Formats: sequence, C-alpha cells, structure tokens
Amino acid sequence: MTTFSHLLRRFYEETPDRVAVYLQHAGQEDLPVTYRDLLKGAAGYARTYARAGVQPGDVVLLILQHGIDLIYSYFGAVLHGAIPAIMPYLTEKLLPERYRSDLASLLGITRPAAIITYPDFEQEVRAALKEGDSVRAVIVSSEADQPADPDFESLPGMQRRAEDIVLLQHSSGTTGLQKGVALSHQAVINQLESYRLALHLTDEDVVVSWLPLYHDMGLIACYLLPILLGVPLVLLSPFDWVRAPYRLMQAVSRYGGTLSWLPNFAYNFCAQKVRDRDLDGIDLSSWRAISNCSEPMRWESHQAFYERFKDYGLRYEALTTCYAMAENVFAVTQGGIDAPVVVDEIDREGLQIERVARPGKPDRDVIKMLSAGRPISSVRVRVLNEKSQDVPDRVIGELALQSDCMLTGYYNRPDATKKAFLDGWYLTGDFGYMADGEVYVTGRKKDLIIVGGKNVYPQDIEQLAMDVPGIHPGRVVCFGVYNEAAGTEDVVVVGEVETRDLQERYKIADQVRQVVTRGSAIALRHVYLVDPPWLIKTSSGKTARLANRDKYLAEMKEQR
Amino acid sequence: MNDISTTLNEYIANEILKQPGRVINPDEPLISGGIIDSFHLVDLALFVEDTFGVHIDDSELNADTFDTLNQLVALIQARKP
Repeated sequence: MTTFSHLLRRFYEETPDRVAVYLQHAGQEDLPVTYRDLLKGAAGYARTYARAGVQPGDVVLLILQHGIDLIYSYFGAVLHGAIPAIMPYLTEKLLPERYRSDLASLLGITRPAAIITYPDFEQEVRAALKEGDSVRAVIVSSEADQPADPDFESLPGMQRRAEDIVLLQHSSGTTGLQKGVALSHQAVINQLESYRLALHLTDEDVVVSWLPLYHDMGLIACYLLPILLGVPLVLLSPFDWVRAPYRLMQAVSRYGGTLSWLPNFAYNFCAQKVRDRDLDGIDLSSWRAISNCSEPMRWESHQAFYERFKDYGLRYEALTTCYAMAENVFAVTQGGIDAPVVVDEIDREGLQIERVARPGKPDRDVIKMLSAGRPISSVRVRVLNEKSQDVPDRVIGELALQSDCMLTGYYNRPDATKKAFLDGWYLTGDFGYMADGEVYVTGRKKDLIIVGGKNVYPQDIEQLAMDVPGIHPGRVVCFGVYNEAAGTEDVVVVGEVETRDLQERYKIADQVRQVVTRGSAIALRHVYLVDPPWLIKTSSGKTARLANRDKYLAEMKEQR
Repeated sequence: MNDISTTLNEYIANEILKQPGRVINPDEPLISGGIIDSFHLVDLALFVEDTFGVHIDDSELNADTFDTLNQLVALIQARKP
C-alpha cells in the first residue's frame, strides 16, 4: 500500500541529494531544493502542526505565495497526515473585505483546523475568524519549527490509508471556494501512474512551470507529478511570469526543460509579449511536450506560439493537448505524445446549429478543432445526449467519465457530490464529441467563463455589479465573449440603468468595473449600460445569459 | 495635462480599456484600482519603452513603483534620456 508519505520517504532514503525543485524568484538566485531539504523542511512543519493541536485527518489551509514556505508547509501537512488546501493569496487589486468574506465562506464549509500564513497577513486572516468556528490555530510561517530529520516511524502521515483523503482542491471565486474537491492518496497515485505512461515520462524529463498551485493544472501536473515521480521541477512565480513571460523560455533553455502545461491564453500572451532581446541565446529544442489545457484550445494559438519561437529551436510536435479536471485529479485525455495532435476541420454551422461535427467541405465555413487526444489508461469517456443515452461518433453531447482516480467527493458537500454523478459516471458539464477514439471539447454546459485558465462564475460577478448604485436591482447579466487576439474569453457585464445622462453612465460603468475587480480580481472588458427593459429574462440563469450574450453581440455588430 | 500624460492616456484608453475618448483622472489608482490588470502591465511597459525610451523593469511593474498616471509621468520624466 502506498501513500504520499511512502513515496516521499523512498526519495529521502534513496536519492536524498537529487534536486526536487529549482525555485525561481525574479531578482534572486535560483534555489535548488533537494529531497533531503524537502523532507526536512516538511518534517519541521509536521512538528509545528502537531504542536498546534492539528490532528491527522484535519484540514489545514495554506494562505501563502509562491516560495519555499508553501512547499514545506504543504508536504508537512502530508507527513502529519493532515489534508492541505491552498487558498489564493490576497492580490493588491482585490478588496480586503471581499477576500475576508470569501475566506469566511470557505471556512464555513471546509472547516480547517489551522491556517498557515505570513506574519504580516495574520491580522487579515484573524479578521475572518469567528467565535466557535473550526480554526484552532493560525500558524505564521516565521514561527514554524526549523527543518529537522523526519522520523518516519512516528510520523502520522505514514499511518494514513490509501483511501484516505490526501488533499483538497478549490477553484476560485465565491462559488468555487465553496466546493473543495477531495482526493484520496489512491486516486492521485492512480492518476500519476496512468498519466506517467501517457506522457512516456523518463529520467531525462524536466518540468518547467509558472502555474499557481491553487489550480489543478499547477498543483497536479506541475507540482505533485514531478515531485512524487522524481522528475526535476523548475518552478517560477506566476506573478513574475505575467510581468515577464520570457522567463518561461529562459528557464526551459537553462534547465533543458522538456514538459510544460499552459492555458490557451498563455500561447498568445507569450507570442505577443516576448521581445527578441530577451531570447538572446535561448534554445527551446529540449521542449518535447507543451500541453494546452484548462481552457478551450485553439489551433490559431498553437500557430502563433510556434511562429514566434520556431527560430529558437521550438519543434512543432512539442505542441500537445490535454483535457483535465480536478474531479478526475487531473488528466482525462492527452494528445500529441504518440502522434501529432489531430486537427479536425469541421463545418461551423453543423457544430453550432445541428450539434454535429461534420467534416468540413472546401466551400463551407470550417472550424479547426484540436483533438484533446485519447483517454489515458485509467479513464473511460462517454458522450451522452439529454436523455443520458450514448450518442454516435461526431455527435455533440455531454462528456461523462469513469476512472480509478475520481474524487472522493466535494468536501462536506454530499449534496453537490450526488448531483455530479449519474449511475457511477461523472458528468463533466462539458460538451464535446468523439471521433476515431479522440476526444474533442466544444463548449460547456456549466455556466462558467474561463479567463486565462481561471474559472469565473458569472453569478458571482452579477452579484457584485448589482450593488452599484444606479444599476437596476436584479437587472444585470454577465457572460464571456471569446477574444481572438488574447486567446481567451473577455468578461462582459450588461446592466440596465435609468439615467440617460452620458457622464452619469460613464461614472456607473467605472464603478461597476471597480467593484467587480476589487471583489473578484477579474478585470471586465466591457460594461455595457442599457435602457430598461433590455435584458431577456428566462427561468434558467444559463439560458438567460446565452440569450443576452447573443443580443449583445448583435448590437455590437450593428454599432461597428 | 502634458504630452506624456496625453499620450499615455490615449494608449490606455484605446488599447487597454478599449474605450476611445475616455479621460483618465491623473490621480486615479490604475493598478490597485483594477483599471489595468496584470496581463496588461507588460504591454504598458513595452509601450513606454518604445515611445519614450524609458525602461521599466518587470520587477517594477507593481503599484509601489507607480499607480497613477501622474506617478507614471513623473517616473518617465525622471528617467528620460
């Protein structure tokens, strides 16, 4: 029987000097962290948790940024047998009150026993606590025990069973924070095993990532997979990357990086914002699989990325694809490893109106669909119609899956867990089709906007916008509109207002922007204020958003 | 309003906010106020470099270095060759 602690112990005993993580920070020397360092640092935290009264099986919430404390406290929780969950850190644009209320709503459902944060954030965390809640200790990183040799015989993490929950993953926003995906040791280890095979992982591999660890792609593919399978990881700060995307290329070149995972927007972002002078002497020929994952994948984005970096050794075959979700730990499918990613040219109208993926004809408008690849070995995929019946190849339906790496449940949310399954099949909420064994994802059933790989629940944004004075109560709608140049969705808010005064309207629009950004850390692309009655109301929020989106797009077209 | 300020205002309004004609209050917090999100900071830095020949290092792209239009203008003036 194997758990995370058993895997870590083996590295500590057999290859202690091997570097697990090269930690990068802008303006600092890279910090190599060996397995010995990792386990000693984690053992210090394990002792800290014990001292604070955290019991094995308790949840500990980590509110830390990219850095060594986050790594040590994470694996410290594992060694102690506690369940780590990472909460995004407060950013400068998010309103502290808003952050506090998000934190409070997470605390209410997830009920962690302890919170770990930095000394200068302690007050902020304490402000979200209430009498009688679950939090018994707020631990500041500076007071954690010094790294120490782990005593595996006494570490409670060694006593955990494979079916015990090992970690929680949350997605962002008020809605996402209330649904923690609980995963068992067994589920994660099963996923890593079959994903390892799908990727043909070898000793030569090096993972390079800037992804945040509170996101499943960052946490599983670019943190747990390399560390638990013994693949060196070069870890950049998301904060540094967004200000200097060339750092990703420099890290790949310097360390001979072979594997990365990126959300679609990052292909466009890198292609547009990296200057030649920052690529001096860069060699990207080691990169063998850059997997596009976590938001709709675009053929155009792959082309732009390839064109920009091909002169620096980037190989076209390195552009791969993946379909993943936290509920399945991570990967459902992987494409582009055994053979180039299949590009399926289908009829646009057929897809949008008849809901079929008919091969395109020369005289018709076509869409180039990137295949997400084939299901990895532990996963089975079905495509279901509205009556939950299987549909033939090339017919669009909801993707459903079964695997040996499914979530245990949404933590403390049996209601939500039950709703997610149908006869033992997990309903993904994604639309797609299958053709020749390859999976294609075409859209979402779930009412969700994905911006730069981050999930945004429109109801959260609408709730915020409704509070702005001048906006008609309840007369707001939020939806996503694809932005070709950015390779991701833009978030649009439409609101009904009484005033016809243009200056007044500008002011209201500004306020909506500000309230939304400070309340959700999402920047709105367009606030469109309209005379009532404009909004189309229906019984379901989702159809209303789609209908209003169509109306908005039609009006934008007219105005152009 | 001086030339630098006008040029920056136009760039931010047209290219980042996509609201041509929008006048930005020179003391309005742009970064901490959520007007410019982190994805556009690198664009702004590249624009400043191309237009004014002033380099803003990526480690400086935060509200501590500049937050308002006035602060950005002052930074450019101080560093202008």
